[in-house]
Amino acid sequence: MAKKKQESAGLKDCIWKSGDIKWKDARFISAGVDVGSVSSQAVIMADGEILAYSNMATGFDSAESGSNALKFALEAAAIPEERIGYCVGTGYGRVNVPAADRTITEIACHARGANFMYGPQVRTVLDVGGQDIKAILCDEKGKVSNFLMNDKCAAGTGRGMEVFADLLEIPVTEVGERSFQYEGEEPDAVTNTCVVYAKSEAAGLLRKGWAKEPVLAAYCRATSERIFSLLERLGVVPEFAVTGGMAKNRGVMDRLMPLLKLGRLKSEWDPQIAGAVGAALFAYALAKKGKKKKRKILSAG
Amino acid sequence: MVEMITAGIDCGARNTKTVIMKDGSVIGRGSVLTGFDQEKAIYESFESALEDAGVTRQEIERIGGTGSGKDFIRTADSPLDDIRAVSRGGGYFFADAGTVIDVGAEEGRAVRIDQKGNVIDSEINERCAAGTGTFIEDMARILEIPLGEMGPLALQSDRGIAMNAQCAVFAESEVVGLIHAGTAREDISRAVHEAVAARIVSMILRVGVSEDVVMLGGVAFNPAIVEAVRRALKVEKIYIPDNPQFGAAIGAALLAAEGM
Repeated sequence: MAKKKQESAGLKDCIWKSGDIKWKDARFISAGVDVGSVSSQAVIMADGEILAYSNMATGFDSAESGSNALKFALEAAAIPEERIGYCVGTGYGRVNVPAADRTITEIACHARGANFMYGPQVRTVLDVGGQDIKAILCDEKGKVSNFLMNDKCAAGTGRGMEVFADLLEIPVTEVGERSFQYEGEEPDAVTNTCVVYAKSEAAGLLRKGWAKEPVLAAYCRATSERIFSLLERLGVVPEFAVTGGMAKNRGVMDRLMPLLKLGRLKSEWDPQIAGAVGAALFAYALAKKGKKKKRKILSAG
Repeated sequence: MVEMITAGIDCGARNTKTVIMKDGSVIGRGSVLTGFDQEKAIYESFESALEDAGVTRQEIERIGGTGSGKDFIRTADSPLDDIRAVSRGGGYFFADAGTVIDVGAEEGRAVRIDQKGNVIDSEINERCAAGTGTFIEDMARILEIPLGEMGPLALQSDRGIAMNAQCAVFAESEVVGLIHAGTAREDISRAVHEAVAARIVSMILRVGVSEDVVMLGGVAFNPAIVEAVRRALKVEKIYIPDNPQFGAAIGAALLAAEGM
């Protein structure tokens, strides 16, 4: 029987709220909603400061997921929806966020969000999400100057990592740590051009008696190589920052950074919320410019 | 016609196929799952073909080896280029073959040949599972339909749905979504076949269509793939031999006989 989408995502719903900010004093409350193929986030801002956010698995209905993400963030912030001055939606494909007053491309939102989360010195943003890899060059304001994206192939993406975690029956959150838990030399990478072939190769290694950990190491290495080749094609300019779920995977990050020969900036924020942060900042800017909201209030009744 | 008994072994990602040929005709065949021990599969496949042919190992004068696992075929006189093996196999069945396609579990090849069977141009897909048998097999598993029924089921559909995903892994998520939305299984199967056929066709178009078009490899058993490819190429017919999965092995056996 096909697995429910929520189970396979391996994500826990997450809601966060700032203890400090009193939204009632704020001039502009803005919201950003990022609906991805695997996870969705919503960020609520008060005058450009993060008030609350939600991070959850995307269900079968992406419009509904966007609405839910926003609803959870609003609940966390204890703000009624009508208080939102402007809402921007973003995400993959023909993103449909019912609450959004307009949509802005995920590339623009990720760069803007990374600029907020990592600081104005960021010039290269790597976003590795559920079903794509984006490499973005931006300026000190978070404005995009160039980018490369792979959204056609699972190799290097979160979904590819999930497939492997399922094969090895390990929660995807444990992959990073366990990929270093073996003795001896680091194994060679499995093929990095196709998850299906890599999975086949890995099954062969397991059959030969390899433990799960070195197989994970081989796949994390392949993933890092795949990501590296995209970054190399774009050309990395310091400073470098990583967003998206893969930023939390030490198994891939610790193998990628030596290939790049530079460091990455750190942030106190969850790297998965970058798109929604950028969207909320754009919404704030539009609210300040006096743009009126177009949407109907969803929470009435 | 070279008079000798030769063997052709095609060690593929899923199955290892062997043919025994004498004086240019197939006298025996064997096929076993490759699994993860290629050498064992090669041995068993060879033994099975010898038994089928009623000949002994000693009677085999030359062995041609091909397939993704060809380096494991230790007994081969020399490993053969897959493209040449496929071309030779296609030309064996159909003298007027102009374009030979071979799609297996994990790889696809397209070759355009001249009237003498020489290779004019070729394309290989060995980097992406999207245009291969594994894609169909994975979707069959998700739809809970036996692999052999996927093609006939697709042919029952009268509604085309475009799949957004070009990748087998992403397509899996998309298919799960379609099932969840209550889409009819024949329509989903048709969408899967059209996606695979599109990948195969773009590979063929890169070498050029020259009639007659011949299809080899296990995927040729799938009538929905064959029909989708035929339509997209705008040809009247695609020629498929009996037992198309042995095409490359036959080419290898013939090339071995001809002194490669």
